[in-house]
Amino acid sequence: MKVSSFLRVLAVFGLALSPGLGLAEWNLNFKPTNTILGHDIEMLHNWIMWIILGISIVVFGAMFYSILKHRKALGHKASHFHENTTVEIIWTIVPVVILIGMAIPATKVLLAARDTSAPDITIKATGYQWKWGYDYLDEGVKFYSSLSTPRDQINGLAEKGETYLLEVDRPVVVPVGKKVRILTTANDVIHSWFVPGLSVKQDAIPGFIRDTWFKAEETGTFRGQCTELCGKEHGFMPIVVEVVTEEEYKTWVAAQLAESGAPSFDANKTYTVAELVSAGEQVYNTNCVACHQPGGVGMPPTFPAIKGGKIATGPIGDHIDIILNGSKKNPMMAAWGSQLTDMDIAAVITYQRSGINDLGEAIQPGDVATARGI
Amino acid sequence: MEAVHDHDHHQPAGLMRYVTTTNHKDIGSMYLWFSFVMFLMGGVMALVIRAELFQPGLQVVQPEFFNQMTTLHGLIMVFGAIMPAFVGFANWQIPMMIGAPDMAFPRMNNWSFWLLPPAGILLAGSLLAPGGAGGVGWTLYAPLTVQQGMGMDMMIFSIHILGMSSIMGSINIVTTILNLRAPGMTMMKMPLFVWTWLITAYLLIAAMPVLAGAVTMTLTDRHFGTHFFNAAGGGDPVMYQHIFWFFGHPEVYIIAIPAFGVISEVIPTFSRKPLFGYASMVYATASIAILSFLVWAHHMYTVGMPVEAQLYYMFATMLIAVPTGVKVFNWIATMWKGSMSFETPMLFAQGFLFLFTIGGFTGLVLALTPVDIQLHDGYYVVAHFHYVMVAGALFAAFAGVYYWLPKWIGRMYDERLGKIHFWLSIIFFNVTFFVQHFLGLAGMPRRIPDYALQFADWNMVSSIGAFGFGFSQIFFLYILLKAIKSGEKAPEKPWDGATTLEWTHLPTPAPYHSFETPPNLKD
Repeated sequence: MKVSSFLRVLAVFGLALSPGLGLAEWNLNFKPTNTILGHDIEMLHNWIMWIILGISIVVFGAMFYSILKHRKALGHKASHFHENTTVEIIWTIVPVVILIGMAIPATKVLLAARDTSAPDITIKATGYQWKWGYDYLDEGVKFYSSLSTPRDQINGLAEKGETYLLEVDRPVVVPVGKKVRILTTANDVIHSWFVPGLSVKQDAIPGFIRDTWFKAEETGTFRGQCTELCGKEHGFMPIVVEVVTEEEYKTWVAAQLAESGAPSFDANKTYTVAELVSAGEQVYNTNCVACHQPGGVGMPPTFPAIKGGKIATGPIGDHIDIILNGSKKNPMMAAWGSQLTDMDIAAVITYQRSGINDLGEAIQPGDVATARGI
Repeated sequence: MEAVHDHDHHQPAGLMRYVTTTNHKDIGSMYLWFSFVMFLMGGVMALVIRAELFQPGLQVVQPEFFNQMTTLHGLIMVFGAIMPAFVGFANWQIPMMIGAPDMAFPRMNNWSFWLLPPAGILLAGSLLAPGGAGGVGWTLYAPLTVQQGMGMDMMIFSIHILGMSSIMGSINIVTTILNLRAPGMTMMKMPLFVWTWLITAYLLIAAMPVLAGAVTMTLTDRHFGTHFFNAAGGGDPVMYQHIFWFFGHPEVYIIAIPAFGVISEVIPTFSRKPLFGYASMVYATASIAILSFLVWAHHMYTVGMPVEAQLYYMFATMLIAVPTGVKVFNWIATMWKGSMSFETPMLFAQGFLFLFTIGGFTGLVLALTPVDIQLHDGYYVVAHFHYVMVAGALFAAFAGVYYWLPKWIGRMYDERLGKIHFWLSIIFFNVTFFVQHFLGLAGMPRRIPDYALQFADWNMVSSIGAFGFGFSQIFFLYILLKAIKSGEKAPEKPWDGATTLEWTHLPTPAPYHSFETPPNLKD
């Protein structure tokens, strides 16, 4: 069978099985980029590929000519030369010259890529296991951004959507044509902030701040992923950047500030168990379900069960403590005190105790505030 | 074998023969079989990975088990399969190629092999520990390693043991080469395979302790309250990466350089023409080895180094292309105007030459910092290093096995089956890994168990290729067993172009004790 027809058979076979039939892309090169720097990187890559093509033709040409012509089966007699200093010098010098021709444009692009000075907007991106936190340093907007693809799609119980695994509950919003500087850091292990359409990738390292930048040329939605192995949900912490017009951006910032100014819950109110359980279920599905699993069955021993679990059925003080401050024994259990509001924590604890388990208890936001010691 | 040597057999029979043996040939065979078992084990893990990646969604395994598979696949293939395989070649071939009776330290040789099975059991057994093996990638980056369960500690101890074995093996190889050469076998007359192993052994002695240090620091960070890699305690997670890659980059050449050595024996033999530019091959190998210690941070272009450091690592990395290019040109010049024939060893050598050069090209693309930042930790990198490790090191090992098998066992393999093995391997290899370049360019990160729908097509192709490649290696096992059991008796010199001592001065199969009196090679 010829190679081309073999590939065609493979392709047909693949398409027949592929669930994303219409979405299969057979992509061969870089994704289209939306920044000038990205275009420069693409041009650099193309330039290198042309050089490589040239070298390949010469090197593989000589190799295959020799394979075809200098065969014993054709009666070719072996020569006995085995040294030639001139040739050796030539094929040392020529590659050096070619390499210089690659290094010069690469240096130019690199210097531009690393110039993070004079940004219009600075956003701090913090990697968590397993979501991103964003902090607009000048505007004061702050939020967390988690995967919004339902678990059922991942487990094959529902049809996968078009943006499967590349969708979040709250995207990063930036204005078009502005230099956006991204500061990266992390809360637990190393993550990496990667958006191919904007040609940026920067590791997020706990305890250190690094930076990168981009300037989007057109509006649109750009999707990327964490690219540094950060534990079991590494494949499930996407990044979505929405590039909008300047006016839309201003409206968005104002809306965010208004929302964060007015808390969505009343700290002094006494909520019913049912209210807390339903609010808590949402918090659980965004933050806890990856490890503790739907229904709280867990994955012992690393991720203990909540259903019938020692903490979720034990003294309430210990339960609030482990969620606020994390576990001292198990490094996988993070401290959620800084990421969740009192209401979220009260709700998720109530959900765990009275939804997953059936203790029938309601924990109020005020109880959490007391435990925080404020 | 008994007919050739009926004296001086004080060794026990059966299994105890292998436990107590100090014979370089027995030990070489054990190394090769051990590495083949580990190769199959690592291969099964690769197929678990590719089965999960066959389609988007989670079908076969859960994410944490997937991470354990990628981690163990990497560690087992690097430390359990490829490295011991080439030590096996070194054991069999170095004494025969320099006219020595055995390795310089035969008892230490036994010890360096027998450290491997416990290390392999610890490594694979970590899967059975509570919480499973470490799911951290073969690079074992801190601080993710600190979060893992007991399996991580088993992996760390396994690496310690493997490191000890490698260092002892290397000391043995260096001493053997420097002290046990036959009269007249001057350094610049040594076969290139011997030269490449001399250089590799020095690399191992320099690099393995660094890895041992890195994993020991991880161990104390995990259990003894140190903060080497914990910023909150004054440490630095990136320091781990610097230490790891100071070992890790030379490691790449620890794997590649002995492969260069095998290829430099096979190509002249089947071209019936001496190796072109012997001296420049030696110098190029040595320069690659030295440069390999100066480029480690090109694995870390995205950690946020100063731009000056990135420029230095980019230029230094590109420089490696020069000696590597010299080697490729020398091999082609060796073939040029030769009288070539294409038995299985030569086919694998040609496959090596073609695909390793492609791996070199993608290495050049990745050397360029701005391009690498886009491709870093993605499938382009996965494709690149599999071209170097599989089509490079593994194909060279296949070439070596087919080339020396008649000398080792006195029987021929089935030439037709060998050729089929080659064609299956090279086709399925490319189906598996060539398409991964496209996935990397499109932005697919490595080490993810599930992916967006845009990556579905090439992943499916790659998985099909991987299963094909895996089954081709079961076929290789069949070819080997068939040759050992019922292969045709090998002629004294099956390869008419061979010029090294094991072919010119020893009978086939090689006697259990060879060169008890050294051959005199003085002209």
